[in-house]
Amino acid sequence: MDLNTIWFVLVCVLLTGYAVLDGFDLGTGPLLLLVKDDSERRVFLNAIGPIWNGNEVWLVTAGGALFAAFPYVYATVFSGFYDTFMLLLFALIFRATAIEFRSQRPSRLWRSAWDLAFAVSSLTSALLVGIAIGNLAWGIPLDANHEFQGTLLTLLNPYALCVGVTTVLLFVMHANLYLILKTEGSLHARLLHWTKFTVPAYLVAFFSMNAATLLLSPHIATAIRNRAPVLVAIFVASIAVTLNILREIKHGHEGRAFVSSALSIITLMMLFGAAIFPNLVVSTPTLANSLNIYNGSATDKSLGFMFVVALIGMPIVLAYTVTIYYVFRGKVQLTDESY
Amino acid sequence: MTVELLSRIQFGVTTSFHFLFPPMTIGISVILVILQTLRVATGKAIYLDLSKFWTRVFGLIFAIGVATGIPLEFQFGTNWAQYARFVGDIFGSPLAIEGIYAFFLESGFLALLLFGWNKVGPRTHLFATCMVALGAHFSAIWIIVANSWMHTPAGYHLARQMKVAADGQLFPMTTDLGTAAFTVTEVALPADYVVQPTDLHHVRAVIDDFYLAILNPSTLDRLTHTVLACWITGAFVVVGVSAWWLLRGKHLEAARASIRIGIAVATVACLLQLVAADSTARGVAIHQPTKLAAIEGLSTTRTQAGLGVVGFVRWKYGDDGQIVGIEDHALRIPGMLSVLVSGKFLHLREAAQTEVKGLADLPSTEFLRTRHPGATDEELAQLRPSYWPNAPLVFQTYHLMIALGVTLTMLAVIGCTLLVRGRLDRTHSRFIRAFLAILVVSPVLAHLATQAGWFTAEFGRQPWIVYEVLKTVDAASTVVKPGQVMFSLALFFIIYLLLTYLFTTLFARMVSQGPIAGGGGHGVVEGWKPLSLRSDRQTKG
Repeated sequence: MDLNTIWFVLVCVLLTGYAVLDGFDLGTGPLLLLVKDDSERRVFLNAIGPIWNGNEVWLVTAGGALFAAFPYVYATVFSGFYDTFMLLLFALIFRATAIEFRSQRPSRLWRSAWDLAFAVSSLTSALLVGIAIGNLAWGIPLDANHEFQGTLLTLLNPYALCVGVTTVLLFVMHANLYLILKTEGSLHARLLHWTKFTVPAYLVAFFSMNAATLLLSPHIATAIRNRAPVLVAIFVASIAVTLNILREIKHGHEGRAFVSSALSIITLMMLFGAAIFPNLVVSTPTLANSLNIYNGSATDKSLGFMFVVALIGMPIVLAYTVTIYYVFRGKVQLTDESY
Repeated sequence: MTVELLSRIQFGVTTSFHFLFPPMTIGISVILVILQTLRVATGKAIYLDLSKFWTRVFGLIFAIGVATGIPLEFQFGTNWAQYARFVGDIFGSPLAIEGIYAFFLESGFLALLLFGWNKVGPRTHLFATCMVALGAHFSAIWIIVANSWMHTPAGYHLARQMKVAADGQLFPMTTDLGTAAFTVTEVALPADYVVQPTDLHHVRAVIDDFYLAILNPSTLDRLTHTVLACWITGAFVVVGVSAWWLLRGKHLEAARASIRIGIAVATVACLLQLVAADSTARGVAIHQPTKLAAIEGLSTTRTQAGLGVVGFVRWKYGDDGQIVGIEDHALRIPGMLSVLVSGKFLHLREAAQTEVKGLADLPSTEFLRTRHPGATDEELAQLRPSYWPNAPLVFQTYHLMIALGVTLTMLAVIGCTLLVRGRLDRTHSRFIRAFLAILVVSPVLAHLATQAGWFTAEFGRQPWIVYEVLKTVDAASTVVKPGQVMFSLALFFIIYLLLTYLFTTLFARMVSQGPIAGGGGHGVVEGWKPLSLRSDRQTKG
């Protein structure tokens, strides 16, 4: 495996880390509006309270890694997706603000306004991340200099929107399972009941998305012909782990259900990675203008240096991330000290 | 307006706004380490209350710092795609390292800091505080490394991508080889190669030596200067809040304890800053002489150059309306600039004879000739002003920074003296009340100074984005339209105004509420109590 391939995998790992971790706190947004009681909403927010900030760092680091390892991809995608990424930025700013400011005042209007802002910005963030990924998988028009040749409307095509919606449903399901771990009593029972909707909803979206990919995307069909066994194996695994969520819930294994949901995200990202490799930005209709892990990358020297940096740094990051999640394990309780 | 100009305004607005927050978190993180150490060492309740209060403040500032920091990273790609292509091999690494080594550390342990009061013991909590402070400082290191490389690029060479045909012949990337198979290789360019705007899809800076790139000539000076500025800002925020409490007669015990720590940190940092700032300016004189001439408003090369104190410089226009030089209307200390540039403070007479280059000779004729081969000396002299930064502007920002820096140093030293004599909390004295009132606004002065400093550094670098290698005007994204940037800029403006309003009101509320004796403040804000424990787990702390 050469350094370019290693960095393809590493960038995918960072993005997957982002999806698995920030996925449940983005998904918490829409779910927040489904509970009406203020203390229940606060349970939701407290469940992600100590960790959402760290989760967002995965996105920042994935962005930095993409810049360092594949600068041409970074430049093309970020400038090409200008409006989409600006909207994503505004949504992320609003989310952070909403979490921080909501609880500063007891006024009902104040709180419901920030709850709405939190839900809408979380939903928008998930949708936009999905749309961006969808476009990368589907392909975007690039010229010989690898510059994006479309407009905002090019990016808002039905396929990308389908991936966007799938991402939202995936994150909502993931959040549902995370919140089950963090709640007790009637709220807990309701969340368990919701899995009857959130899991099948994601599965339907997952199947539609895959059907659309198979039937409509020419270059992914080629990839499937070339690496059928790998792709089919990941696809089957993805369905199996998602169905397993329902089984684990039925048997009361809530922790395992959450792990299964995380595995759904991981397998979905693997499916995406295996389908586009070695390309990073597929160019349609002129496939020759695609950016791949070789013509979009930094030099070997840079990739090698950063590989050592990541090899030392990431285990440390994982070690204390796991420790911190361990410290904050268990159910959320709003105690007498709470307002 | 062009995409380049709009993008510059947008990057300026978002960076300036963002940079209100990290200096506070970096500075307050040092204060928190001191408070938590005192808490562990003395076991006094007041240090616990103060730690909790300043941790709450830290959490609020940090959240806004993170939210406003992501747009900066994104904009290198969205607005400055040509720049990202050109420097990606070098500039991306520090940003990625910042993520892996700084942000994860800071945000991860911040969770323990904010929500861990009941979950971990005081020593572990102190450890977490140290890690947060370390993370905050690491992020400063790596972003300054990246930024310093833009000022004094080192450890790289320029290279051009070429197509290699089957027979080994090299062709430019723009050549159409038809259906013939080819590979791509990168060919090193000579050291004096001048980057052309049309090159930017195929020519880039390639790393030679990470050590040289990271420790480029300005990194250490600028890092020290910036970190000290952050400590000063954070310390004055603590001092300002404590002074307010003293004046209002509220939270007196907490106010006395925290003003002491704040003044101590501010004094040490301000005094160190005198040395660091001097060294930074000398670095500019050596590596960016054009910038030095612009910030000091020096028109001609001379010995016994005077150091500007106050006043202004103006553009001088020729008959055709072109800038030809500057008019000096500044009050100066004679010979002082020469002395500072030489750094020989023990031999003043000799040091004053040091020659300082003026804008009339900068950039050098040799440099201009590499950019404009074949031009006559007269033509080069006409072209020269297009290589100058906005001297009237940077003269003001630079001298504002210095004036504020001197003021803050004086405040810190006076505060220290009063503190040692035990007079700082005698609020019945008119003099003390007046002094405390000044201290209350001191955080604003510190922020103005850091902003003015950054304006000087970045405007002083113009017209270059990578100093004397790549022009800012060539670095903007080519596919982005002015309308798109105008729209995002307008939205940033509105959102940041809203954030400013929310932040100031909430900060004011936090300050007037003050530390809560013997408890409270387990979370960052009222609804943010920690995830409580299962009944079978021990409660500590």
